[in-house]
Amino acid sequence: MGELLQVTDVTKRFGGLIAVNHVTFSVREGEIVSVIGPNGAGKSTLFKLISSFLRPTSGEVHFKGERISGLAPHIAARRGVVRTFQETTIFKSMSVRDNVITAHHLRSKASLAGFYFGTAVARSDEKEFARSADEIVNFVGLGALAEERASNLPHGHLRALGIAIGLATNPTVLLLDEPFAGMNHEETQRAIELVRDVRGRGVTILLVEHDMPAVMKISDRIVVLNFGERIAEGTPQEIQNNDNVIEAYLGRVDESIGL
Amino acid sequence: MSLKGKIAAVVGFIFIVFVVTPWLIATTGRSDLYYTLTSVALLAIAGAGVWVTFYIGRINMGQGAYALIGGYVCAILVVKYGVSFWLSLPLAGLFCAAASVLVGLPILRLRGTYFCMITLVFTEVARLSALALPITNGAKGISNIPLPGPIAVFGIVLVPDFSTLANSRLAFYFLSAGLMVACFAGLYRLVHSRMGQLCLSLQQNEELASSIGVNIANLRVIAYAISSFLGGIGGALFISISQSIYPSSFTVNDSLNFMLSCFLGGLGYVFGPIIGTFVLYFGWDFLFTTGEYQLLIYSTVLIALILVLPNGILSLRPYGWKRGT
Repeated sequence: MGELLQVTDVTKRFGGLIAVNHVTFSVREGEIVSVIGPNGAGKSTLFKLISSFLRPTSGEVHFKGERISGLAPHIAARRGVVRTFQETTIFKSMSVRDNVITAHHLRSKASLAGFYFGTAVARSDEKEFARSADEIVNFVGLGALAEERASNLPHGHLRALGIAIGLATNPTVLLLDEPFAGMNHEETQRAIELVRDVRGRGVTILLVEHDMPAVMKISDRIVVLNFGERIAEGTPQEIQNNDNVIEAYLGRVDESIGL
Repeated sequence: MSLKGKIAAVVGFIFIVFVVTPWLIATTGRSDLYYTLTSVALLAIAGAGVWVTFYIGRINMGQGAYALIGGYVCAILVVKYGVSFWLSLPLAGLFCAAASVLVGLPILRLRGTYFCMITLVFTEVARLSALALPITNGAKGISNIPLPGPIAVFGIVLVPDFSTLANSRLAFYFLSAGLMVACFAGLYRLVHSRMGQLCLSLQQNEELASSIGVNIANLRVIAYAISSFLGGIGGALFISISQSIYPSSFTVNDSLNFMLSCFLGGLGYVFGPIIGTFVLYFGWDFLFTTGEYQLLIYSTVLIALILVLPNGILSLRPYGWKRGT
C-alpha cells in the first residue's frame, strides 16, 4: 500500500494568526484516516488546504507524487482529490437524482458544445450518468427519495447526499467534512456503515470530525491537531492512551493550583 | 407538459407571431404596431441575455452597455467601412462577447450586489465613451445608417434590399421576430442541456460546483459572453430599424428595464423575458392616456405584480405545466 496523499510541512497564516503550523502526515491507499482536535485547532483549515480551496503559506500537498496544493479546486478534483461539505452545501432546487447527475461532470467525455448539440458521445454520457446516478443514490440509501427536491431532505439524508455527490466524481480520495456532526446515535451508526461501504468501493477516506466515539470506531489511523500543530498520530488505541492528546482535550494537571 | 403539448405550443406561438399578428394588423390598419412589436422582439433578445446571467446567479444591470456597443459596432461597420448589415449584425454580437470576456474575467468573481453595482456602472461608462470617442461621432451620433441591403447567393436573392420594399416595417418585424424565436429556441436548448444544468449548479452553490470539478471561472465567462452577445445583437437590430444611434440610445433606464423584464416574466422560465418585455412595453404605452399619472400608476402596478407574483407572470401557468417549460 503506497502513500497516496502526502502533507509535507504545511503552514497557513491568516495575518498574524497561524492556523496550521508545520503539519506533516500522509494517507495510504485504502485507509480511513481521521483528523481530530479541539475547536479552533485548525482542522477545517487543513481540510481546505488539502482540497486546494486554500493555498498554503508554506509547505506542499502531494497526491500520487504530484503537487496539488496551490491548484484550483476543480483541478484537484480532476486529479482525484474530492471534498464534501457540511450538510447545507447541496444544489438545493434540484432533485436528489439531478444533484448526483450534475456531479458526474468529471466523467464527461463530451464537451459543453457536444452536450448542447446532443452529439452521440454526449448522449451516451447522459445515459451513463443517469444509470450511475441511480446506482449511487441507491448505494447511499436515498433510492426512495431520488425525485425529492434536495432542500426538502432531513438532516441525516443531506449528509448522505453530500457523500453521493462526492462519489459521483469518481474520487480516489474523498475528504469528508464532519460527516457525523449533529447526528443521534442511530444515525451515526448508519453513517459509519456508509463510510465503510464507501471505502469498500476502493475510495481512500480522510475525514475531519468532532464525534470521538465514531472516530475511534471507524479510523485506521488518527492525526490529532492542537493550536494548528500535529501533536499525535497513531491507531485509535495509541491515541486514546496518548498523554499529549489527553492534555489537549482535558487540560494539564497543574499541581501548583492543586488540579 | 407532454411532448405533443410542447410542439403544439411552439407551432401555435410561431403561427400567432408570423401569420395571425400580421393579418390582424393588416385588417385593422394599425401598422404602427409593427414598430412596437419589433421593439418588443429586439428588447426581448437583449433581455434573454440578462436572463442567462441570472441563471448563473448574477444580477446583471449592464445590458444597456452591450446593446449600445453592439449598436455602435454595427453602425460603424455599415457606415464607415461599408460592410453589409447582415455581416455586421453577428460581428456586433461577437465584438460584445469578446469585450465581455475581458470585462467578465475580473468582475465575475464578485457576487450579489457587488456584481450588480459594477454592471450598473457599465452602461454609464459606455454612454460617456460614446460621447468622448472620435469614432462614435460624439453627441451627434451616427444618423445616416442605410437600410439592410439584399442577401444574394449565386445571384438568387434570398432577402431583398429593405429600401426597395413597399413595407419595410413588415420586413423588420419578420426579421426581429425571427431572430427572437431563434434566440429563445437556442436558449431553451441551453437550459435543457447539461450546460444548463452546470449553469444552475453555479447559481446554487459555486463552491460545491468547483468541488465536483466544474471550472467555475470558465463557465461564468462563457455564460456572460452569451449574455453580452445577445445584448449586442439586440442593439445592432435596433440601429438598423431606427437608422441612427446616439450615446443616449441605451441608458441606465434600459439596463434596468432588461433586468425588470426578466423579473416580471419569471426568472425560472426561459420565456420569461418575452412576456416581461411585452408587458413592460405595452403596459407603458397603454397608460399613455393617463398623462401625468403614467409613471405613478405604472410603478405601482409593477411593485404590486412583483409582490403578488414573486416568481413572475409565467408562474400563473395552467395546471400541469412544469417549471422551466
